[in-house]
Amino acid sequence: MKQISKAQMAYWRKNIGLIRKLLIVWALVSYGAAIILAKPLAGIQFFGLPLSFWFAQQGSILIFTCLIFIYAIRMDKLDKEYDVQEERLRDK
Amino acid sequence: MSVEALTLIIISITFGIYIYIGWWARVKDTKSFYVAGNDIPAVANGAAIAADWMSGASFISMAGLISFLGYDGTIYLMGWTGGYVLLTLLLAPYLRKYGKYTVPDFIGDRYYSNKARAVAAVATVFISLTYVAGQMRGVGIVFSRYLQVDILTGVLIGMAIVAFFAILGGMKGITWTQVVQYSILMTAFLIMATSISFMLTGNPIPQAAFTFSNIAERLSTLQVELGLKEYLAPFQNLSPINVFCVTMALMIGTAGLPHVIIRFYTVKTVRAARWSGVWALLFIALLYTTAPALGVFAKYNLIQSLNDKPIEEVMQVDWVSKWQSTGLLQLEDKNGDGKLRFTSNENTNEVTIDRDIIVLSTPEVAKLSPFVIALVAAGGLAAALSTAAGLLLAMSSAISHDIYYRILRPDANELHRLKVARIMILVAVLVAGWFGVHPPGFVGEVVAFAFGLAAASLFPAIFLGIFDKRMNREGAICGILTGLVFTFTMIVLMRSPQILGTSEPILDSFFSINAQGIGVIGAILNFVVSLTVSRLTEAPPEEIQDLVEDIRIPKGINEQAAN
Repeated sequence: MKQISKAQMAYWRKNIGLIRKLLIVWALVSYGAAIILAKPLAGIQFFGLPLSFWFAQQGSILIFTCLIFIYAIRMDKLDKEYDVQEERLRDK
Repeated sequence: MSVEALTLIIISITFGIYIYIGWWARVKDTKSFYVAGNDIPAVANGAAIAADWMSGASFISMAGLISFLGYDGTIYLMGWTGGYVLLTLLLAPYLRKYGKYTVPDFIGDRYYSNKARAVAAVATVFISLTYVAGQMRGVGIVFSRYLQVDILTGVLIGMAIVAFFAILGGMKGITWTQVVQYSILMTAFLIMATSISFMLTGNPIPQAAFTFSNIAERLSTLQVELGLKEYLAPFQNLSPINVFCVTMALMIGTAGLPHVIIRFYTVKTVRAARWSGVWALLFIALLYTTAPALGVFAKYNLIQSLNDKPIEEVMQVDWVSKWQSTGLLQLEDKNGDGKLRFTSNENTNEVTIDRDIIVLSTPEVAKLSPFVIALVAAGGLAAALSTAAGLLLAMSSAISHDIYYRILRPDANELHRLKVARIMILVAVLVAGWFGVHPPGFVGEVVAFAFGLAAASLFPAIFLGIFDKRMNREGAICGILTGLVFTFTMIVLMRSPQILGTSEPILDSFFSINAQGIGVIGAILNFVVSLTVSRLTEAPPEEIQDLVEDIRIPKGINEQAAN
């Protein structure tokens, strides 16, 4: 079996850590705020809408988009830090 | 110029563009045919994914569907967007690093088994086929609604166009037509939503008007006054457990749909795969945050313009008589007082509206120019055609690449493989067209199949293949089969009236989870069985463990591509 370098293991651990954090937020806004807490949060007004309704039909989707965006940016940095970018990019 | 003539002209122009792109993108090798030569920029791939994703049904029916479900419409809004988070974080970058052409490619290689490859290929064909059957029907319906031709003619025209650019240009042709199709459908949808938003609230941005004005609350109050369900309150149409499970099944299913996954193979790099996910969700979110707003605006407006109005006066309105003649709008003065009234009781309700009318009638209700109405028609067709094309490629490549080339004839040469790929896509178009003309009675119902089966079979197998190095052939095959068989059986039992023709469903629900949400249980079973079996059997060979380590880092993609 090929040897896996310490750096490569650290890169993978950081990647998993980032994914875990983002997926926690993903679950909190969708299954948490919009479904499990739908009733309690319905009492809180968010501008013209009940807060849970806003999460269910607007907020969660906007937050999903932000999560992927953060992932792409953070991974670009992580790739550079551990020097694991694709060759094609490094040639530039 | 009449609306019909203008519609015909605009649709002809867009079709001309698709045909031109198909000709321009014609390909000569299998890599271009299956994955567009890995040469698609991330933004373009994002737009193509979005066009792939938004079907004729999401264009025409979704806003209406949500406006009928109220709060619970979130199952579709979150379910069909949240899956992209899973897809982009958990699958796309690694699959791109691995390379190759299809989903069964990965499963077959990762689990060093042609059995696994065949199972994955069969699942891919089945999932895509159930999905595409509805799409071709959608093409026919859009044609018939906007151009008053019959559905058969519509389906045939749609088949001819798709066949042309898919056979000539393969994935390359499909991708670039999808980019154009996304632009058309999104422009049409936004013009429509912006106009009605401005008309009703004075704010042209639908999302902002939806959030900051009190229109949703007014609709909710209005519905309560009429004895209909409270719009803003959760769980009026579905139980909490079903909202939870259906949302999750749609999310996991989204991440496991082969026609979406293969789009991530078309970009140059791992980085571009991640950024395609960003662009894709951004483009999809634009429609998915607009749709619930449009649904509320249109429904509020419909109730306002019809309820408690003298029937004589309502009949004078242009769009009322037009949509009444199609049967999508039914007015009947049951109590004979000369006025129309919405009620929750079927026997006294005097206005019946089909959910499709929410989008279809909006341009006329908002008094938009005939040009916009024509553009909306072109948008609906673009949505239906782009989704159909993506599905056809996923389906035919599972047969021509995975089953024919990888399993049956590994010695086939490039030219021969390309020919087989083209023939298979033609066969797929014909099969899809046949379903479009003769839809099985359960077409609408089987969308649950596509998502449920993708969630229960492909997603866990791919995910574990990347994140669990110890996962082996035995575990994966047992897991996929368990997930498939369980989910398939459950859906057939719960939807038996539509599928088997029984008078009552054989099974009402599975611990109160309905057919749309059952994929979650299938996925959990798949995970449990895979993990258990893999730990009781031999670890995968060393070269497979090396492969897993290799796909976890972006580096080295060029060396692989050289092979």
